[in-house]
Amino acid sequence: MHIHKYERWWLTFGMGMLIVFLATIAFAAFADNMNPPSGLQAIDPTKVSKTPPFDHPGVRRLPDGSYEAYYVAQVFSFNPATITIPAGKKVTFYVTSPDVVHGFFIAKTDVNMMAIPGWVNSDSHVFRTKGTYLLICHEYCGIGHQNMFAKIEVR
Amino acid sequence: MTEAVRAENRVVIAHVYTATAAIVLGAVFGALQGMSRASAFNAPAWFDYYRILTMHGVLMALVFTTFFICGLSLFVTYRSIPRPRKMILGWLGWWVMLLGVVMAAFEILAGNATVLYTFYAPLKASPWFYIGATILIIGTWIVAAEIFENVLWFRKNNPGVPVPLPAFTAAATFLMWWIATLGVVGEMYFLIPWAFGWTPGINVMLTRMLFWYFGHPLVYFWIMGAYICWYNIVPKFYNGKLFSDGLTRLTFIMLLLLSTPVGIHHEFMEPGISSTWKMLHTVTTYGVAIPSFITAFAIFASFEIAARLQGRRGFWQTVTSLPWNDPAFCGPAYGMLLFILGGFGGLVNASYSMDTLVHNTIWIVGHFHVTVGGPVALTFLGISYWMIPKLTGRALWKPDWALWQTRTWFIGMLVMSMSMHIAGLLGAPRRTAEVSYLGSAPNEWLGYMLVAAAGGLLLLTSILMFAAVAIGTLVVNEKGEDTTVEFAQPVAGTEPAPRMLQSLFRWGVVALIVAVLAYAGPLLEMLHNPGFLAPGMRTW
Repeated sequence: MHIHKYERWWLTFGMGMLIVFLATIAFAAFADNMNPPSGLQAIDPTKVSKTPPFDHPGVRRLPDGSYEAYYVAQVFSFNPATITIPAGKKVTFYVTSPDVVHGFFIAKTDVNMMAIPGWVNSDSHVFRTKGTYLLICHEYCGIGHQNMFAKIEVR
Repeated sequence: MTEAVRAENRVVIAHVYTATAAIVLGAVFGALQGMSRASAFNAPAWFDYYRILTMHGVLMALVFTTFFICGLSLFVTYRSIPRPRKMILGWLGWWVMLLGVVMAAFEILAGNATVLYTFYAPLKASPWFYIGATILIIGTWIVAAEIFENVLWFRKNNPGVPVPLPAFTAAATFLMWWIATLGVVGEMYFLIPWAFGWTPGINVMLTRMLFWYFGHPLVYFWIMGAYICWYNIVPKFYNGKLFSDGLTRLTFIMLLLLSTPVGIHHEFMEPGISSTWKMLHTVTTYGVAIPSFITAFAIFASFEIAARLQGRRGFWQTVTSLPWNDPAFCGPAYGMLLFILGGFGGLVNASYSMDTLVHNTIWIVGHFHVTVGGPVALTFLGISYWMIPKLTGRALWKPDWALWQTRTWFIGMLVMSMSMHIAGLLGAPRRTAEVSYLGSAPNEWLGYMLVAAAGGLLLLTSILMFAAVAIGTLVVNEKGEDTTVEFAQPVAGTEPAPRMLQSLFRWGVVALIVAVLAYAGPLLEMLHNPGFLAPGMRTW
């Protein structure tokens, strides 16, 4: 099939651009470890309140100086509702849901996860700036969804 | 117009006017939503925001688009393959689709299915909502069978002759749709018994994967509907030519192959799917940009060929030679401009790493309003201004209103979606009745929502003008319009498409294999896991 010369140039340019984009994404993933949250740990959604550590959600300090924060996202609140963590330290968030699908999104950061019944999802973040951060549910979960939020104090 | 053609047109009119009713009603709900998010309107408890949102999503994403594409595809198939026919499947499909819509809409309006148009389990809607949605899909399969039957008839009676391009593009669209809808019907196989209470729980991630196996090709179904118009119909508005028959067929075959194996890019932020599959679907999603590159070139080339035939040259002479006073041209043309923005945003959303900045923020809503709300809706509205006179034999009522409708829709959509894009980057979420979080949210979120609501009201005004023109043409204007339909022809002397690009159904088999390959890994991984079931609940 005859393909016009300009069209060949245009498609070469377009596909070249896609290859550059994909190479950038692959580089970020393999060299910088920029991967989306893909928690692969399963949990029985009917037994969340009895399964450690989700039976006592909250912040733990690890021996290496980093932090872990365990959250239960449920209609229509996060447990814990407020946590305090120091600036400049790595925090790993773990979240699950005992009821329906929720979102776990800390505004003005790249912490963005889905909380799915049956699974524990996780993502890490270092807060560089002190202040109060807003953690919101960003997946529709029912009639009170618009008021499902929590706060993270970074000191 | 002969009686046989008139009978064909009635099937098309039924589909197109059902779509018109859906978009008008859907826009009313949309405007209410915009105002609620801007804190300018408080939805009453007996018809809360999320019920409004469910109606808007279902009417626009599932009813308007589906009915219009069915009507459009039947129209281009009937007119490009003239023959005596009975249209039994065309009518049956319409009735079945309507039955499904009425069932689902009744449950939503009654408050038994406030689950949004994505109906994510374990939000547990009434089983009749899921059954209604399934019946709607089955109705589209019947319409698909009508289109395939006509293509097969043409093949049998015209051995060696390529299927006319309009019918070919319609059949490719419905072949893709058939493969894609297998996913959502598979999801219903789990949802319906669970909603009746016959099974104790639901595997949430399995239903999500099946949904998005369908959910992204759904958007390509809309785009392919717009492309049917851009390639076959729009060039006639500026006395233009089809740029290339072979490349058009190649575009539709690529869309058939690449629309399905991409759905996991909607699930980047989810647990239970390894990053390997997420990366794989990033690559395939970027691949589906290629047929859109071909289309962009074909459109501009077609503009330029038409301008040169009039003795005009260069960029400005080409642009000014186009019929900017014809609403049928302006709808698709403004839509194409919005699609440039939609394409850029889409590359961000499909990116394995950048999606984390925008996932489930209002940016995404801005994105699909400059894709399905822009190029797709504007193309269908614009094409209606051409198609309704062709179907009814009546001249368009108030063509100047139609022209202003396309302009106001373009501006309204630009204003609304740009403020949504910006607010999304600032962290404002989607799918929420308000963005104040009891005063904890940054003030700028509300500011952008006010601008978006203003855009939404302009869109509502625009669609009311469309409704006036669509209804006015039927009731006010007399018959007498020229109803001859001609489709765009390739430039004289160009070669026909190679045989490889003519065997559509063989490519359908390849597409099915590609879809299976793209999902076999993640599905096996999911089935290998313990797969805890969630009982589900009604949270509204």
